[in-house]
Amino acid sequence: MDGSVSSVPRSLPSDAGRPAEAVLQISDLHMAFGDLEVLKGIDLSVAEQELVFIIGPSGSGKSTLLRCCNRLEEPNKGTIIVDGEEITAPKANLNKLRQRIGMVFQSFNLYPHLTAQANVTLALRKVAGKSRIEAREIALAALDRVGLSDKSDSYPNELSGGQQQRVAIARSLALQPRVMLFDEPTSALDPELVGDVLNVMQDMKEGGMTMLVVSHEMRFAMNAADQVVFMDRGVIVEQGTPDRIFKHPEHQRTRDFLGKVAH
Amino acid sequence: MQALIDQFFNVQIMADAWPTVWRGLMMTVLLCIAVIPLGLLGGLLVAMANTAPWRWLRWTVVVYVDIFRAIPPLVLLIFIYAGLPFAGIRLSPFAAVSIAFLLNNSAYYGEIYRAGIESIGKGQMEAARSTGLSGLQAMTYVILPQAVRNVLPDLLSNTIEVVKLTSLASVVALPELLYSADMARSITYNASPIVMAALIYLAILWPVVRFLSRLERRMGA
Ligand SMILES: Nc1ncnc2c1ncn2[C@@H]1O[C@H](COP(=O)(O)OP(=O)(O)OP(=O)(O)O)[C@@H](O)[C@H]1O
Ligand SMILES: [Mg+2]
Repeated sequence: MDGSVSSVPRSLPSDAGRPAEAVLQISDLHMAFGDLEVLKGIDLSVAEQELVFIIGPSGSGKSTLLRCCNRLEEPNKGTIIVDGEEITAPKANLNKLRQRIGMVFQSFNLYPHLTAQANVTLALRKVAGKSRIEAREIALAALDRVGLSDKSDSYPNELSGGQQQRVAIARSLALQPRVMLFDEPTSALDPELVGDVLNVMQDMKEGGMTMLVVSHEMRFAMNAADQVVFMDRGVIVEQGTPDRIFKHPEHQRTRDFLGKVAH
Repeated sequence: MQALIDQFFNVQIMADAWPTVWRGLMMTVLLCIAVIPLGLLGGLLVAMANTAPWRWLRWTVVVYVDIFRAIPPLVLLIFIYAGLPFAGIRLSPFAAVSIAFLLNNSAYYGEIYRAGIESIGKGQMEAARSTGLSGLQAMTYVILPQAVRNVLPDLLSNTIEVVKLTSLASVVALPELLYSADMARSITYNASPIVMAALIYLAILWPVVRFLSRLERRMGA
């Protein structure tokens, strides 16, 4: 946001003073696997075009939090509002709402029996109801955006990990989601392939995508994140700008964690 | 030696029996055309019901599969053909065989599909659902195509069993290959028609068995 025309954010509702409307609003979210409480009251809001970056030790509930956002996991309590609609409502139209929430997985999860292009067109055809030709055009544009227009006819096993992950991003992107969730998108990649994926993500951020990212790529967070959230044992310990969290963490737990990952 | 050939490989008798045996073969082919697709389809429904979100349905399917894998197909067939008339339900031999095979094969094919579905990592379903595909759509376009490919040898192997089992239909006097050959035997007092039937089964199934071995080797199970 450059603020050159006016200082009023464009999505500000009539009651001035509220922050820009949240695309994703998580309130008092609780989730347990049996007796194991994994999320213990999470409040988190991701504003339009914002990139919120989540860090935290293994098992702290980061993946579970993301998976609750499109209800791959069922929360026990709390609400999640996506683009003005409560996805946690019992009668929420999940298949419709999920189109507005892209998800990128650590293990890519491309469909191995389909070409890159067919991976992207499947939901466009079957869910978004696009014609074959429309879907193809959208898919090619999406693949182009992740730098893979020349790989549209390749099968996943003919692509490198980094290329597969970019196809997976294109698959989500093609549905024009309002927010994209990334769960350790580069953790399964060889180091030399990480950069390509991060570049695509940076590019999306600059293009105005709203993003919630779980990752260990602190340098990327420094450059691209608006907010960094530190989670531990199912709660948000602290949250702030990358500069503040990385350079001036308030909590001992945050300092301990950052000290560990630095080495 | 000559006596042996006369009894088992009597060309004259085989030639005489050929029209009967040929009609039997055609009936066997017809039976396969009815019974194999029915079983493949029934099995698919069984496997999909197995993944359904409703517990009562999954439970029903488990009971169904257990029952029909435990009951000998011959017992099932005779019950349907000769037992059900006591309840006023009279079926033609062909219908009785089709129903017995549908019940039995759906259980077996169903278990094969289920193994295939379980061989697909849950990330596939999650990725599909996360793009808004319904559970059924994800099953149809993402899971099943991969699952079927993974269990193709088992599906084929079971299909070979089914073809062989169609000879059971002879006990309810359906004039398929075995029944016709046996009829020719009883008329000619000679085993050659039975040998001919055996050779026909062999000629049909041997290439399939060969293909199956190659498929299994290629898939490196
Ligand atoms: N399907 C499940 N069933 C039972 N427990 C689970 C399940 N999935 C996750 N958990 C547990 O929930 C806790 C939080 O897991 P989660 O995957 O959300 O952590 P995470 O922060 O993403 O960790 P990591 O950095 O290792 O990915 C862990 O203790 C984990 O063992
Ligand atoms: Mg995780």
